[in-house]
Amino acid sequence: MSEAVLPPVTPSGAMIRTLGLVATVCGVLIVTAYEGTLDAVNANKKIALERAVFKVIPGAAKVDEYVATATGIQPAGAAIPEGAVKFYAAYDQAGGLKGIAAEGAAKGYADTVRVMYAYDPAKQAVTGLGVVSMRETPGIGDKIYTDEAFLKNFEALDVQLSSDMKALANAVKVVKHGTKQNAWEIDAISGATVTSKAVGRGINESARKLLPLLVPNLEKLKTAPSPNAQSAVSPPFIKGGEGGFSTVSITHTLTHLSQNPPQPPLSPPGGIEKGWRWQAHLAEEVTS
Amino acid sequence: MIPGQKQLSNLEELLEGVWKQNPVFVMVLGMCPTLAVSVSAMNAVSMGLATTFVLVGSTFLVSLLRNVIPKEVRIATYIVIIATFVTVVDYLIQAISLAVYDALGAFIQLIVVNCIILGRAEAHASKNPPLRSVLNALGMGAGFTVGLFALGGVREILGAGKLFGFSLFGPDFQPWVVMVLPPGGFFVLGAWLLLFNWLNSRKTDAAPAKPAEGHAHV
Amino acid sequence: MSESLYQIFIGTLLANNFVLAMFLGLCPFLGVSARLNTALPMGAATTFVMLVASLCAFGLNWLVTTFHLEFLRLISYIVIIASAVQLVEMVLKKYSPVLFRALGIYLPLITTNCAVLGVALFQTAREYSFTQALTFATAGGLGFTLALLLMAGLRERLNLASVPNVVQGTALSLMLAGLLSLAFMGFAGLGAGE
Repeated sequence: MSEAVLPPVTPSGAMIRTLGLVATVCGVLIVTAYEGTLDAVNANKKIALERAVFKVIPGAAKVDEYVATATGIQPAGAAIPEGAVKFYAAYDQAGGLKGIAAEGAAKGYADTVRVMYAYDPAKQAVTGLGVVSMRETPGIGDKIYTDEAFLKNFEALDVQLSSDMKALANAVKVVKHGTKQNAWEIDAISGATVTSKAVGRGINESARKLLPLLVPNLEKLKTAPSPNAQSAVSPPFIKGGEGGFSTVSITHTLTHLSQNPPQPPLSPPGGIEKGWRWQAHLAEEVTS
Repeated sequence: MIPGQKQLSNLEELLEGVWKQNPVFVMVLGMCPTLAVSVSAMNAVSMGLATTFVLVGSTFLVSLLRNVIPKEVRIATYIVIIATFVTVVDYLIQAISLAVYDALGAFIQLIVVNCIILGRAEAHASKNPPLRSVLNALGMGAGFTVGLFALGGVREILGAGKLFGFSLFGPDFQPWVVMVLPPGGFFVLGAWLLLFNWLNSRKTDAAPAKPAEGHAHV
Repeated sequence: MSESLYQIFIGTLLANNFVLAMFLGLCPFLGVSARLNTALPMGAATTFVMLVASLCAFGLNWLVTTFHLEFLRLISYIVIIASAVQLVEMVLKKYSPVLFRALGIYLPLITTNCAVLGVALFQTAREYSFTQALTFATAGGLGFTLALLLMAGLRERLNLASVPNVVQGTALSLMLAGLLSLAFMGFAGLGAGE
């Protein structure tokens, strides 16, 4: 870099020519890589999303992305309008609505905790929880996806709307371990209160924004929209999803800078190794 | 970077980076990704391979263009070339496995500023023909991967009781959690360097003619 | 989720300190931390470059997103950072040649300081707003300076201690950094909010 102060020995024309040549070569390389991997990347993202949604909504076979705005709901396109809230509608094989999934995020002990939760329109309750990303202390904060008692909170967490449909009837609240009394309260994990609270705040924040926009328009989502080739789920995945871990409604993918070794989604005891192999197998099928 | 460089055979060129000039343990370069992603063996190896790809690709291109690139703009050119290959590897990893991509996160893009790569481009590829540059880069990449694995493996075994995600010690193992937390990275790398120092000092005691202290980087 | 500026500041300065928790900027951390009087200017220069990089990255990100050229993001960031470093270098050379010589090779190496590119990449990934990004960059730079100063203080004291030959050099610095990092873990949870 300090060469800039030396008297130039190369005419600037030559420099510009070389830089132009290098830029062209680099540009071609980048665009080739981008174009070449685009399909595979999109397929991967689709599968990751489906895996995350299917874990919180067991039995779902198809996922569609939507955004909810003040004027209604619409399929998520390239441009997301200001103030819109993204959510996912999950359908079963027959095309009936299985549930809604959405993401929530809040600051935890070390960094942001992102969760995916399932909303059951019939019960007006949160019916499943998965962790999208976090880097909380291993062995403490990660109890939010290993602690059975904590996950019980999300079998039917009440998030019904108030009578004017403008807000939640009761804000989701995290209470001290062992003091849960109402259906909208979350019993915190003893020793991991900060992380538990982050989960609660994340869900509350997201549900507070999403549900008043979503619930009045639920009718539109009742049946799957006209199938388009893009969103159809490939058969091997459905088989894997149901045979794999559909009994546990949780997912755990890793975030950037994660402090944890990559782990497969939670599976019944003894199923971890199997899960890994299944994932590897899946990855092969996707890329080939 | 390589003192008293003689003409090496192709094999020696390849092995140079794996052992004698190991970027992690001897030159202590590229520490940020080394420590940040080495929480598990899987992450470490993926990162090592990604870096190797960038290293080989960019040294090859730099070496091809070595007679065309004017001295005044060489660093800028190298950085652009490196950034290109990093962008390529970024998309490749996304296409191969999103799980790996999420685990490595921003550190894939941070390969751009890994001193090993710029160091190789400047010190080796700009002076040597493509074949030798690629061999050298392959060796360096392998050395980097081995170093990362040595770190990631130890941290995963101690901190989680696993290797490549497979449980090693059964359910009764109490993980040494601090090893997968940031301090563990510093401690494990420090311990490895200590081991190499000790080995070196034993060698010097045996043959006092040779100078010790291979890693005088900082 | 919208993080408050306070949360970003405290979190980035202490709980997620760039050097001690995120492993960004380790080369200068180990390289320039031998003496206190070079550590401070190095920290200040890096903080300045971070701020410039953060500003530019914000604008560039808007540009590449608007024109759907996301694949050019990384290249444009690194080119901007290299230019910013060149600028700092020229200013320092003109106004403080002594400092310029003291920082030596580590000054141009700010270009390849992952902390600087890290600021640009993380603020993009976290979708920070303009003020959030600036807070993030400031806190990141100050955190880097803090870690550098602590390390330099420790190493100056260490010069007076008798350390076995085997341990000296990088190995010892890394062990020290590990202890510092352990201490900084105590800050986790700060700014988590209720």
